[in-house]
Amino acid sequence: MSSDTLDVVLRLLAVFVCFLVLPLVIGQTEHKVMAHMQGRLGPMYAGGFHGWAQLVADGVKFAQKEDVVPADADRRIFQLAPAVALLPYLLVLLAIPVGPGNAVGQAVDAGIFFVLAVMGVGVLGSLMAGWASANKFSLLGGLRTAAQLLAYELPMLLAAASVAMAAGTVSLPGIVDAFHWWWVPWQIVGGVVFFTAGLAELQRPPFDMPVADSEIIFGAYTEYTGLRFAMFLLAEYAGIVVLCGLTTVLFLGGWHGPFGADGLGWLWTLLKTLVLAFVVIWLRVTYPRLREDQLQKLAWTVLIPLALAQIALTGVVKVVIQ
Amino acid sequence: MTGTALSALAAEHVSRGFLSTSGVEIVFLLVGLVTLGAAVVTVTTRQLVHAALWLVVALGGLAVEYLLLTAEFIAWVQVLIYVGSVVVLLLFGLMLTKAPIGRSPDADSGNRWAALGVAGAAAAALVWVVVDAFRTTWIDLDGAPQGSTKVSGEILFRHWVLPFEALSVLLLAALVGAIVLSRRKKEEER
Repeated sequence: MSSDTLDVVLRLLAVFVCFLVLPLVIGQTEHKVMAHMQGRLGPMYAGGFHGWAQLVADGVKFAQKEDVVPADADRRIFQLAPAVALLPYLLVLLAIPVGPGNAVGQAVDAGIFFVLAVMGVGVLGSLMAGWASANKFSLLGGLRTAAQLLAYELPMLLAAASVAMAAGTVSLPGIVDAFHWWWVPWQIVGGVVFFTAGLAELQRPPFDMPVADSEIIFGAYTEYTGLRFAMFLLAEYAGIVVLCGLTTVLFLGGWHGPFGADGLGWLWTLLKTLVLAFVVIWLRVTYPRLREDQLQKLAWTVLIPLALAQIALTGVVKVVIQ
Repeated sequence: MTGTALSALAAEHVSRGFLSTSGVEIVFLLVGLVTLGAAVVTVTTRQLVHAALWLVVALGGLAVEYLLLTAEFIAWVQVLIYVGSVVVLLLFGLMLTKAPIGRSPDADSGNRWAALGVAGAAAAALVWVVVDAFRTTWIDLDGAPQGSTKVSGEILFRHWVLPFEALSVLLLAALVGAIVLSRRKKEEER
């Protein structure tokens, strides 16, 4: 009994450490990658070597700032919103398997449904923040967030359903167990649709209309300061970790690799996740922002038909190889 | 779950009382009370957006109840559809039209007593039916899960496939009807 409890505590602790460390790693990578791609230095002084301590300094800065709640705001909802935005990603991280066997925070029977359902709850945080701030720009940001959900949720679900059909299970470790290398070309369309829809969910460029700084300041987060603002930022980067981890697990074979799948499987998962995170940053530097209606058009005329075609292809191949 | 399995389970646990006190049952009751409370606040609060957010609590509580009844798949679908989509749509609609911070004294349709009557009658009928149907049925928490995705899928697509298809036709009809309604309005405007 006590060893069981210890096991649970250790797993929760490991997931929590990942939740705190990986988003920071991705944030630091974003600083450096963006600086290099744009031909500038970026933050270079904090900590000495290439400004490695800049994120720590940012964190200290956020912690020192005053926590302001606007006078007309709905106080309780305003203060609750950052937690609603952040916690779902922590829960999702719990269910993502990193290695073969039992290397997962908590094995969930209907894993795909769990992660997609819980990720969807995070949107409520942005909506609450946008409404409760008593600020027109915030409300516009909240509206755009909700409109965006109408665009990305269906293609994301359909793409995930295709993998579940291919593997014959909705459990995430089960899907990676069933993976073969030829799944990558077979499911590539679904993978691209899933990843694109995920970018829209995270409000990352080119789908960052809800926080478009040149139009509506910072959308739903305009009125936030200090640690609560930092929690929204952390939610964004934790979201990148979760999206890249999920794409790795569903479409890129998770811990499978050309060699060393038994002992070093978790390294393959981590490597693929980080490569995808690099792509997320790369897209931010490369593409201009779409308009909200352009995203709707992209989703309903391109992503959903592609996802449906992928499901048809998956079904046909599945029947043929059986 | 098939009828024979149900009656077998019932026979096995016939010696138990109607409500014994194990941890899971206490948690089930407490979550049920929270859900009921949130639902009551949802329909009585004068703050529109707060009502939508209390609805999240009520629907989430319902998902937890499903989990405690070992119906894991249903629980996640509940969160995905209702909390993740329906409430977001509701909030979207509220924000687009009228969502003031603070109370809305005019947010009353005047049907309070009729609504209370209908809600009470519906609740009484549902509780009666459920209690009558499942009075002595017990879920074996230690055995194989009875609400896993596999079990739910097999029941849905083997025993209940006809009602399932009928439901999907109904939903399709609703979808087509919504499109027809929204298009006709536009033509009238022109």
